[in-house]
Formats: sequence, C-alpha cells, structure tokens
Amino acid sequence: MFRNQYDTDITTYSPQGRLHQVEYAMEAVKQGSAVVGVRSNTHVILATLKRSASELASHQKKLSEIDDHVGVAIAGLTADARVLTRFMRNECLNHKYVFEQPLALSRLALSVADKCQVSTQRASKRPFGVGLLLAGYDATGPHLFQTCPSGNYYEYYAMAIGSRSQGAKTYLERTFDSFPECTVDQLAKHAVLALRETVSSSKDTELTLENTAVAIVGKGTNFVIYEDDEVKPYLDMIDADEEEQPAEAEPAAADAPMTDA
Amino acid sequence: MEKVIYVNETDAQRKPLLPSASSSVMSGLRLTAGVPLKDRDDSVLASAAGAPVKHTSRPIVTGSSVIAMRCKDGVVMATDTLASYGSLARFRQISRLYKATDHCVIGGGGDMSDFFELCETVRKETTLEYCYDDGHMITASAIHQMLARIMYNRRNKMDPYWNYMLVAGWQHGKPVLGYVDLVGSHFVSEVIATGYGEYLGLPLLRKAYREDITVEEGKKVLQQILTVLFYRDARTIDRIQIACVTEKGVEISEPTKLETEWSYKAFISGARASDVSTW
Repeated sequence: MFRNQYDTDITTYSPQGRLHQVEYAMEAVKQGSAVVGVRSNTHVILATLKRSASELASHQKKLSEIDDHVGVAIAGLTADARVLTRFMRNECLNHKYVFEQPLALSRLALSVADKCQVSTQRASKRPFGVGLLLAGYDATGPHLFQTCPSGNYYEYYAMAIGSRSQGAKTYLERTFDSFPECTVDQLAKHAVLALRETVSSSKDTELTLENTAVAIVGKGTNFVIYEDDEVKPYLDMIDADEEEQPAEAEPAAADAPMTDA
Repeated sequence: MEKVIYVNETDAQRKPLLPSASSSVMSGLRLTAGVPLKDRDDSVLASAAGAPVKHTSRPIVTGSSVIAMRCKDGVVMATDTLASYGSLARFRQISRLYKATDHCVIGGGGDMSDFFELCETVRKETTLEYCYDDGHMITASAIHQMLARIMYNRRNKMDPYWNYMLVAGWQHGKPVLGYVDLVGSHFVSEVIATGYGEYLGLPLLRKAYREDITVEEGKKVLQQILTVLFYRDARTIDRIQIACVTEKGVEISEPTKLETEWSYKAFISGARASDVSTW
C-alpha cells in the first residue's frame, strides 16, 4: 500500500470518495491467518489455521467462546480481537442477565458492527484491525456472520477470511450447495478441507495437530473448541479421504457418518 | 357505557412541579430562581437545594387483584376495571391489562400510575425490537425477567414501583405465566393471583386447575372467582376484562358486567347490625 496525502486522517475522504485508513484496516484482516466458517441446517463449524511466531513459540489462538451459544474466529490483529471479544462477552452476559435468554446472533453481529463503525468516523480513533467470523445458534437456528473493520457485516452460508482465503472461498463456492443437509461430521470435513486450500500452495505448511483448531456449535450443542489432540479426528477424516481418492481435492460425500469426534 | 381507558391512551405528561417544593430554601441557596417552571427537574433541584429526596412510600391510585391460569392451549388472565383512590372508587373504566406483544399480555395491580409507566417501558422495548426487523420478538418470559430486574433495581433504590404484575404469554408452542412484584420477587406457576385474590382467589384457582383445562373453561373459572372477589373485596367493582393468550395471539375482552346475586340468606341476615359477629 502506497502512502498518499489522504491516508493520514481517518475521517478525511480521498477525492475518489475512499477512506484509506479504513481500507488499510481491511488489509490487516487479509494479513491474518485464515479462518473458515460453514453452516448446515443445524450446525455451524469454524476451522482455523494457527500461526506461531517461531519454533520456540506457541501457536496463537484464533477461536474464542463468547457465550454457550456463540463463538468467534478471528483474522487480523489479535489484540484488537481481544477487545471485541470482551465486548461481545459483556453484551451476551448483560442480555442474559436482563432477559434470561441468549442474545440473538444477528443482534450481536449488529452491535459489533456498530462498534467498528464508530471508529471509522472519529478523528481520535483508529479502526479495529480485525475481521470476525461469528458462529452461533439461536431461536432462529444456526447463523454464520462476518464483521469487518469498516463496520459492514454480512451473513453467510459459508465464508473464509484471512491470508490466502481465496482458495478456501473457491472450495466453498463449489461445494456449499450440499451443506444444508450435511451431518456434523460431513460439515466438519468440508470446513477442514476448505482450510487446507489455504495452505496447499505452500510447501512447508500443512495442517497439523498444532496449527489446526475446529469449533462446533449447533442445535443441542454448546460452542466447543477442539484443538491439539482433540482435533485429530478431523484431520484423520481428510487423510482417510485422501487414501481413498488420491490426488482428488474434492471429497466424495461421505455415505456413512464418521465416528463421533 | 363509558369508554374504557387503556394504558397507551393515558396522558403521558409528567406531574407539574409544585412551586413550594422548588422554591424551598434549605441551604440558603435559591437554585431554582429565574429558571422557568417547566424546565426544572423536581427531585434533583429539590435535593440540590437541601430538601430531602422523596420516594414512593405508599400507592395512591390503586388497582386490586389480578388472577390468571395457565391452560393447555393458552393462558387466561382477568382483572376488574377499577382504579381506587383510597377507598373511593375513583376511576371505574381503567384497563389493567396491557397487550405487550402479539403473544404477551401484562396484568397489573397496585399503584396505577407506576403500572402505566412500566407499560411504557415495556412498549419502548417492544418498539425497539420491532425496529430491529430481524425476525426476533421479545418473548413473554423475557419481558417477565426484564420486569423483575426493573422492580428489583428500584427496590434497591428504596423507591419501588408499587405493583404486583402477572405476565402471560405463548412462546415456542407453550403457555407461560409469571408473577413479579414491588420487591423484585418473581416466579412462574400454573395458577397465580395477586392482592386480595391471593387469599380468596388462589384456593379456588387451585381447586379448578387441571393439566388439561382449556382456555374456554379457564375464562369461566376466572369470571366466577372475580364474582367472589367482588362480593368480598371492597376495592373491586363488577366490571371485568378477561385476556387470553393462545397460539393465535392476545385477545382482551371488552369490559363486561358481572352477574351478581344478593338475595342469599347469609348476605341479608349478615347485614343486620344486631347480628353477633366474630369480627
């Protein structure tokens, strides 16, 4: 991104009608490692690729539980994400205290988006450099939302954000028609396969127990994160698929549901 | 017949200031001098001037019992239409039932002005939900919980909303009925009665209750109980409204007159001054 004379102040438009600082914040999301979200008629699943700063460092967590029925995957500045995470946890807790029922996903996404929007319109602020995938289940079923630093938010059947997420998006566009009727395991497999598309082009990275995390939420299931050893069943799924059909990226729809994860 | 007055038709204007309160000089300061009467905040300025903060210590215009029963196919709730001023039957055509949403109705007793203000608070919330336009609408149990929080919050300020309220609704294919009062106590139950009805109506409700009782049967039971209350409760009149919440929505009846029978022997002989009474 090149500097220009209209990008120093958040609130100043360029002659083309753009807010450069906001666009830089959107770029920050693309720098973050990839996260994938997919939705069926009953569940939402998030799959994330964790990065580690060096061989000596642990992997940075990408998934957070917000409430029993909601969780988020983050791409971008982790520190900014923590602020939003705390905000969302507060919103959910307050709503539960006042109304004794969980906060609707659309309302949560809206309140996060509103919070992001404020920092695109005030000279004294900077936009959040983080994009979120919100996954949750409420009175109107499972939902997958994306929020942006710009204050925009969208609901999706399936979505991927972060670096090299285009590969995952292409996979999802090809396969999302089958998602609504998927079992939890089939859906999880799609999520992990989509995530793998984001690392397939680099030789030195592949999905491992250390860098992969999966989260599931849905009908009768609270938000649960699977990482480290617990993520093994999901990696095994795609490996098993690989052996059956070598050199075939697209999985055959699993006839029998996989064993419980 | 006179027109019944509903919550959303009442004059929402605040009580005008009493000149004596705002011009009190307790700390030697005349903070309110020169400020137009309509721009003064009563309690803030009064306390700034050294006057004590005033809290509600008793209800003024009051409604009596609210009774309700959760049935198989919905909830029924009934009240009379009287708002008393002390023992005076001051307002005879006040509706004490408020339709909060398409599937929730609130019935209130105690201080009527407090009740109307609470209904306004609920209306603000439901209007907000409507404006979200996202397919979610606040449920009866959420309104019940919200009222409980409001009531408990005010009681902690030692300035309660002086009310007893029942919240009835239909949500997720099931009937719900809850109680909330001026100290923030709240619970759900199949039969609830407040005020005088707690003593005279609740045993009758329990006797009449069955798990498979229908809304139509429930309405008749409530009507009978309100008749009993009319005979015994001096803050009641013989004009009632019955609300029912079913899958189809809320239905609040027009005010109807109770049929009464005063020729019972006990009523006649009991009225004689020469009778020996245990009272």
